[in-house]
Amino acid sequence: MTFETNTMTKDPILKVERLSMRFGGLMAINDFSFEAYRGDITALIGPNGAGKTTVFNCITGFYKPTMGMITMKQKAGKEYLLERLPDFEITKHAKVARTFQNIRMFSGLTVLENLLVAQHNKLMQASGYTVLGLLGFPAYRQASREAIEIAKHWLDMASLTDRADDPAGDLPYGAQRRLEIARAMCTGPELLCLDEPAAGLNPRESAALNELLQAIRRDTGTSILLIEHDMSVVMEISDHVVVLEYGQKISDGNPEFVKNDPRVIAAYLGVEDEEVEEVIEQIVEIESEQGGTQP
Amino acid sequence: MANVASTTASAGTELTARALREAVFSGLITLGLFVLFVGLETTQNIRNELVLNQRWGLLVIFVVVAMVGRFLMVAYAQPWLAQRKAAKAAAPDVAKEETFFSRNFSKIAIIALVLYPPVIVALLGVQGSLKWVDNFGIQILIYVMLAWGLNIVVGLAGLLDLGYVAFYAVGAYSYALLSSYFGLSFWVLLPVAGLLAACWGVILGFPVLRLRGDYLAIVTLAFGEIIRLVLINWTEVTKGTFGVSGIAKATLFGLKFDATKTGFAAMMGLPMSSAYYKIFLFYLILALALLTAFVTIRLRRMPIGRAWEALREDEIACRSLGINTTTTKLTAFATGAMFGGFAGSFFAVRQGFVSPESFVFLESAVILAIVVLGGMGSLTGIAIAAVVMIGGTEILRELAFLKVVFGPNFTPELYRMLIFGLAMVVVMVWKPRGFVGSREPTAFLRERRAVSGSFTKEGHG
Repeated sequence: MTFETNTMTKDPILKVERLSMRFGGLMAINDFSFEAYRGDITALIGPNGAGKTTVFNCITGFYKPTMGMITMKQKAGKEYLLERLPDFEITKHAKVARTFQNIRMFSGLTVLENLLVAQHNKLMQASGYTVLGLLGFPAYRQASREAIEIAKHWLDMASLTDRADDPAGDLPYGAQRRLEIARAMCTGPELLCLDEPAAGLNPRESAALNELLQAIRRDTGTSILLIEHDMSVVMEISDHVVVLEYGQKISDGNPEFVKNDPRVIAAYLGVEDEEVEEVIEQIVEIESEQGGTQP
Repeated sequence: MANVASTTASAGTELTARALREAVFSGLITLGLFVLFVGLETTQNIRNELVLNQRWGLLVIFVVVAMVGRFLMVAYAQPWLAQRKAAKAAAPDVAKEETFFSRNFSKIAIIALVLYPPVIVALLGVQGSLKWVDNFGIQILIYVMLAWGLNIVVGLAGLLDLGYVAFYAVGAYSYALLSSYFGLSFWVLLPVAGLLAACWGVILGFPVLRLRGDYLAIVTLAFGEIIRLVLINWTEVTKGTFGVSGIAKATLFGLKFDATKTGFAAMMGLPMSSAYYKIFLFYLILALALLTAFVTIRLRRMPIGRAWEALREDEIACRSLGINTTTTKLTAFATGAMFGGFAGSFFAVRQGFVSPESFVFLESAVILAIVVLGGMGSLTGIAIAAVVMIGGTEILRELAFLKVVFGPNFTPELYRMLIFGLAMVVVMVWKPRGFVGSREPTAFLRERRAVSGSFTKEGHG
């Protein structure tokens, strides 16, 4: 495979090596390796069913991979092997936060409370694991105020300040997406993993999302790894694209390179007529049809 | 103007005509339905022959009731309901003005509870107050406390626990056994009982961590039964079904409530009465219940309390935010169990006798019913539900006058469960989320607005 060389000099924040995930007889991911670089927005794309979300679940600990190694290297130089950590410790210690394809809000909590729950570990420590907080020590009150300040900052960034005291379940879809990202950011991550953040958004909301992601990278230096179907989002904001098909990597490079990679064009972006016809003939998978008609 | 009047008048006659028509139809349907059931009665005479009794009068009554009912329903009840609905829709959200009473409800309630024993004593005398302080006051407050304890597990963390009474039993037996074997005092054993119950909460919690929903409920139910069966069968220690009796009473800073010279009554220069002890117990359980409420309110504003509620809303999202759901669940079980243990040791000191019979599944069900009826998570709602449920069943004992209506064989207590069930159904139809369905947010930026019950989840185990 011909990879671009200019990204190689960059500092990798996440290294996925020879990752495989098997569900019974199905090989969802097969010998998949890639690197995400610090400060980059890395996009993981591929037709439906290619195994993108499985890769995400392996990185964030929701699945234990069958094989392979996932290394998270923090700014301070500390390294974590993510496949060995339970899911909550990946967020807590390794500082990898994630969002979900189907939004998972705490719908009965207010928007502000959602953001406070995300700062659980920090507040837990400040409250002396509840004991000191229960006794009314000032340290917790101080930490609590700071947590609200952080929440306010992210509410501003996600333009949700007006709705701060509303239940999260009451927000429109686009706002819920932004809230989920803000909530993930409140955990103070170094790597933010977004599972289809633009799914179901209208063009305006999609543009607002792009802006939010750019702002996150600019202001906090957080690296972003995202799965996306919306090619306009991918091509516009990502610095680095990895293409996955049937659990295997078929291309890896900057958006321009990937766009023109014949393998990608063949598998995912184009050669519409032949592929679509073939698909219709064989009625193999509805998914590849969708992938084929995408620009 | 005349036009409007005439249209309303014609609408009125139209409505009456429709009501009459529907009344006739429903009369016909009733006739068809009941002609064989009510109109004819089949009995046997002395020679075992079938005899047909004709009861046309009764049938006519049935039909008339149905017709009149339908007529009133169509002509008056339905327009009235529609009108009310329209009026409600026309004037929406005129920001419900909170009255002084509703704003300060909890403060007023606490003051009323503190003043309750002296008022009762003043009204009914020392001896007369006994029943009202003990049966109504203490009994209800025990359930308030138990339900508030269970509320942490079910209402906040969303873990359905059908075996809560086990922790109540652990608390009660901890006090009963440790005080009779080692002679320790109530004040030492109260925290011990709470700790032991919390330990059992963790012991229950570990195996059920991976279970959710129905499965969790079944295992907790089994746990409750295990504790009860152990209490029945471990006869060397617990004396089995005979129970532990002669449990030491609590003291007020070493001051005993007995008839001796150093007892409370003698020291205060009052005539001896068991009512003083009951009043003391009333304040004791009131303090314990308020402690439960205070800790719950405090905990909700702590990260752990928020994590419980987040766990109820979405466990996977919790894990993605770095929350250790294992310890979060275990602390919920332990905290809830601890308050159950406190209540249990209070129960033992109040009764002076504990036996496994007090800790049957029905108790768990009643406590859970109070939590659900009150509105999961709401302390006020749960307290109201406890007053309605437990006070309601107690008051059935007081309704001797019903014997005049229903005959001397009528015992209202026997209808306890029937009324209990009926009340639950009615409340759940009328208020599906319990008395207080909304949830108070634990933090706010500009204004504290209650979160409607339609957004909160019940938890899935």
